[in-house]
Amino acid sequence: MSSTVTSKSLTETKQIRHKKSGLRRRETWAGLLFVSPMLIGVTILTLLPIIATFVLSFADWNFVAGMKGLKWVGAANFSKLFEDESFIISLKNNFIFMFTVPIYLAVSLLLAILINKHVYWKSFFKVAYFMPYISSVVAVAIVWQVLFHPSAGPVNQFLMSLGIANPPKWIADPAYALPSVMMISVWVSIGYNMIVYLAGLQSIPKDLYEAADIDGANAWVQFRRITLPMLSPTTFFLLVTGIISTFKVFDLVAVLTKGGPMQSTSLLVWYLYDTAFVNLRVGYASSMAVILFGFVLIITGLQWIGQKKWVNY
Amino acid sequence: MEERVKLSKIIATVVLFAVSLLFLMPFFWMLSASFKLETDVFKYPIEWIPHSWHAIQNYSEVWMGKYPFYKYYWNSIKVSVLTTLISCTVSAMAAYGFSKIDFPAGKWLFLIVLATYMVPGQAIQIPQFILYRNIGLFDSHFGLILLGCFSVLGTFMLRQFFMGLHNEFIESAKIDGAGHWRIFWQIAFPLVRPAVATYAILRFIWTWNDYQYPLIFIRSDKLYTIQLAMQKFASINGEFYSLIMAAAVSAIIPLLIIFMLGQKSVIEGIAVGGVKG
Repeated sequence: MSSTVTSKSLTETKQIRHKKSGLRRRETWAGLLFVSPMLIGVTILTLLPIIATFVLSFADWNFVAGMKGLKWVGAANFSKLFEDESFIISLKNNFIFMFTVPIYLAVSLLLAILINKHVYWKSFFKVAYFMPYISSVVAVAIVWQVLFHPSAGPVNQFLMSLGIANPPKWIADPAYALPSVMMISVWVSIGYNMIVYLAGLQSIPKDLYEAADIDGANAWVQFRRITLPMLSPTTFFLLVTGIISTFKVFDLVAVLTKGGPMQSTSLLVWYLYDTAFVNLRVGYASSMAVILFGFVLIITGLQWIGQKKWVNY
Repeated sequence: MEERVKLSKIIATVVLFAVSLLFLMPFFWMLSASFKLETDVFKYPIEWIPHSWHAIQNYSEVWMGKYPFYKYYWNSIKVSVLTTLISCTVSAMAAYGFSKIDFPAGKWLFLIVLATYMVPGQAIQIPQFILYRNIGLFDSHFGLILLGCFSVLGTFMLRQFFMGLHNEFIESAKIDGAGHWRIFWQIAFPLVRPAVATYAILRFIWTWNDYQYPLIFIRSDKLYTIQLAMQKFASINGEFYSLIMAAAVSAIIPLLIIFMLGQKSVIEGIAVGGVKG
């Protein structure tokens, strides 16, 4: 009697298990089906190219020569890079360009604090300061090119009307070109960073400030002890993404200066582009791409380590 | 006390307003120059409101002249709209798959996809270029569109929103006999529509503004997007700054319209995701 019961329940559980595994298989297929367009795209257009970039970085290849022209040179590209003056200049310029990040972070934070609490017409200001970010880089670069025109441009006409006889030639002068491009980059970036800071400010609990008010803490103390620490995750995030984005600057340089004058605005990605798509030195450019990838990887890695050390969550 | 607080607020508003005017100066200058006779462009002091208007001539030269913008506009609209549509669909499907379907490989595949987000696009452009040359996607709009369709960022953003949906919706639909395909299109997708709209606007703006991909992957004049056309127009027209400014205004206006219409979702999208093209 009891044995029949167990055998019956056994077949039942078997059936259920069978059904369950069938269901699971169906779920797996459904899942794969839903993610497959993305997976296929990422595999073909990102994963394989990463591998190819690494492989090509060990080759000497002029694209026009065809497959026959491909020569394996080992690490020679990399050692050549660090003797290549143009590359060193580009890398140096990239490091100088990083200074834009703390500058626009500070300005954005100040603007965000003012707009968050201390002004009227909030939405007007949000839109106004956001304009350069939303506009096409090509268009604003062309506008700045004209504004910075050495003799006839409005900027220098204004400076001359103030009595400055020899104003800088901005993007035409090797000494001022990089700072000029950096200035425009700051102008473009402020809107985006301000919006993220505004979101950060709104997530700080109000009672912290109320308690500080009761304790008689003044605005400066409140800023130092509450606002800054509470915003540290936002600042950290913006700092890291900002530094990474300085390694990707291309449009501004390509439209405004083409790396000139005298390579004063040549940045890593510009030099990479010039080597790969103008001079068609594919292998050499790939080794630069590996270095670019390396920098981004290192910065992202530092983010993982760094966030535990000084960011308050 | 109340009075003083208000006064400081007024002062801050005035100061910030002055700064914002300075900030927007390049746009005002661009707009006013685009309305001017060429000879008035560099007049100093600047004529913010032109004495002699030349707007119609300037803009018709830009739109209908030797380098007609309506063609490039059409190219940009086509590329941006199709990229946005496909990218939203692909990302939403992947986001649904990664968040609402429980399958063993899902977590790993998601990690792999997410990891590719770190890869700077410019580090893989050379192999992409070689690939495109070999499979015949080079110098075509279709190829350009494909490059923008597989956004990890979009997947990540939408996944966050799909995770917020209660599983009961999906369970009860399953009991009613609906497959995932139907659940996705009829239940889940409509529920995350605001998030999709936000992502769509951002994707459209980024695609419209993109310069580097078209520069590398498009060669024929007739396929140029508005950004390439602008650059070309500026180099061809060299010293005709009024025309160049009219072209710049034309390139920015669609963005402004879209931004004004979707302002709230753009700002929220940026704030929530902390995203960057």
